[in-house]
Amino acid sequence: MSTSDTPGTRLDPWFDSYAARAHRMRASEIRALFSVASRPEVVSLAGGMPYIGGLPLEELGAMAQRLIVEQGEVALQYGSGQGDEGLREQITQVMALEGISAHPDDVVVTTGSQQALDLVSTIFLDPGDVVVAEAPSYVGALGVFRAHEADVVHVPMDADGLIPEALDRTLGELASAGRRVKFLYTVPNFHNPGGVTLTMERRPQVVEICQRHGVLILEDNPYGLLGFDSEPLPAMRSLSEDGVIYLGSFSKTFAPGYRVGWAVAPHAVREKLVLASEAAILSPSNASQLAIRAYLEHFDWQGQIKKFREQYRDRRDAMISALEEHIPEASWNVPDGGFYVWVKLPEGLDAKSMLPRAVTARVAYVAGTAFYADGQGRDYMRLSFCYPTPERIREGVRRLATVIDAEMETVRIFGTGGEPPSDSVDFPSPDLA
Amino acid sequence: MDVMVLAGGLSHERDVSMRSGRRVQEELRDAGVKVSLHDVDSSLIPLLRGREDVVVWPMLHGASGEDGSLQGLLELLGVPYVGTRAREARVAWVKSVAKAIFARDGIATPEYVTLPQSLFREVGAEHVIDAIVDRMGLPVVVKPARGGSALGVSLVTERDQLSRALVHCFAYGDTALIEAAVTGTEVAVSILGTGDDAEALPAVEIQAEGAYDYDARYNPGRVEYFVPARLTPDDAATVARTALAVHRNLSLRDLSRVDIILDDQGIAQVIDVNVTPGLTETSLLPQSVEASGRSLTEVYRSIAAAAYDRE
Repeated sequence: MSTSDTPGTRLDPWFDSYAARAHRMRASEIRALFSVASRPEVVSLAGGMPYIGGLPLEELGAMAQRLIVEQGEVALQYGSGQGDEGLREQITQVMALEGISAHPDDVVVTTGSQQALDLVSTIFLDPGDVVVAEAPSYVGALGVFRAHEADVVHVPMDADGLIPEALDRTLGELASAGRRVKFLYTVPNFHNPGGVTLTMERRPQVVEICQRHGVLILEDNPYGLLGFDSEPLPAMRSLSEDGVIYLGSFSKTFAPGYRVGWAVAPHAVREKLVLASEAAILSPSNASQLAIRAYLEHFDWQGQIKKFREQYRDRRDAMISALEEHIPEASWNVPDGGFYVWVKLPEGLDAKSMLPRAVTARVAYVAGTAFYADGQGRDYMRLSFCYPTPERIREGVRRLATVIDAEMETVRIFGTGGEPPSDSVDFPSPDLA
Repeated sequence: MDVMVLAGGLSHERDVSMRSGRRVQEELRDAGVKVSLHDVDSSLIPLLRGREDVVVWPMLHGASGEDGSLQGLLELLGVPYVGTRAREARVAWVKSVAKAIFARDGIATPEYVTLPQSLFREVGAEHVIDAIVDRMGLPVVVKPARGGSALGVSLVTERDQLSRALVHCFAYGDTALIEAAVTGTEVAVSILGTGDDAEALPAVEIQAEGAYDYDARYNPGRVEYFVPARLTPDDAATVARTALAVHRNLSLRDLSRVDIILDDQGIAQVIDVNVTPGLTETSLLPQSVEASGRSLTEVYRSIAAAAYDRE
């Protein structure tokens, strides 16, 4: 029985003031588990942190010092909203490696390509608009689209990447249903998390289908130069200047700490991107941009990418051979580049529900559900091989095998797995390897 | 006096522990106390050895922090620390043992059974589930027999959900505690002090939209708290008396939190006892301290000082 008139509290005086979209931004039980992944005892196959230890750190330190001493008055000042002109010129040369011909004026420098995703969403997405994306798709992009209250509709991939017929069919169905599709979001090279690459044969087909349906392509390409054995394929932007917004990044080919990425967009779109970026951040960091300029100018950056490719190939090989040895009952793709292996678990297992058990066994991964907007993916997990050494990768997979055995035992007993789907954030923060 | 707050660790509750540890550090710093925050790792023992002027505040949740292991280590090192001693912490940690003591002492607690996963395998899960539902009825709460922060906890209202709840629970530990769900007013009573000097702070009433699960506990908004709880003076006295009895009968020290549901008959049913109660921004003990008119800063300082001065 209530007797006092104590007012209640929700411990957040502004709870009723939030925008509707903020109520969907919630940390989950699963996200809390990733906290343990920062401990050295845990082999984290969860995050996508590049192997920064492979960079010439002493020389980079000297470069950073010179930059401040010699160019400090520019480096520490506000800069242009569109980004440093010299860097934009260099970016066009980087993109030429993937067949893109662009003018520096076409480039907008952003705070990581993640900001470019946000800017594109800001200028194109109204609540309820549709973004078409691969199934599965990059979790960081799904988060941006969700924050802009768009609906993501997935289109399946196979070993050759996005399936053109399925894309055509989906766009047709959406049009018939009266839905407004604003763009196709795609990671064509060494997909995150799928690990697959869209074949050369399919690229023009995807461009043609999108053109026919009046749908813009958002081509996100952080891993294109990180192929292990093959030369980069031409970007889709090289096939269509007007129908593609291209996103690039130095985070994987150099260092994510500088937070420098870029967008290349058709003229009118680019103008809006610059205005949106100025509204959001005024200008990207001059210090970061000048550091990247100096790196591209004075270091053998292509040689460094070659080194990264070799290191990542060794790590991929360690992961694949460990999977073959310890978890033969699962299945996976063998990526030719990038950071990730996409593993399908044995029948009946649920990667999300299994994660606490993995943390107890001192190994972490990301459950497949994080990469879908619609609750699919429970039977998948993403394993990253970019950060741990080959020895640690082997140890991590060995631990994972014991976790899978134990979970299979539980599922055998109870004949079911899993928990109800939730829309809270089930992905580690970016700094957790 | 230097206070070393230990937080983090390797349990599933690391994140909550870090949040609690940072809050304690902040309050002690405001009190002018010299305070540092450490994880529990291989640097800990070298750091503590030979220190005469330090008192440890273990803020670890989950195994090793609350099961008495860490406290045992601190006793081994002869370092004074805040909170319940090793042996008593172990008793409180194993929920079935604590519940047996409640029953012995006439403290009400919901009907329960603890079952290891291996038993379901040996005698057949369906048979065990039938027995649970026949005996206890529904709804029931399924939770790991050890652990906290609502991790691995499910409220089961239909028989078909029980398997899934058990799978969820066994991902966190190998033994499940299945407890009859009690309806009533959910309150948490925080206790400060030890033995005869222990006192119950104003109860916090928890009114959650849906289950008071991890999401509700650590994302402000889904729960409305009432401090003091909206109880009659008699009921308020009942829950305070019950919580104090738990704290004293289990020989808990310095601080604890007792979670109670005051059922429809006005009986205080003890759901859980925490020897390392959460001290995060959304935790219950800090709310009770503030409702008692005291400052958190001063209360934490005096807890640390009392532990430091303890023989």
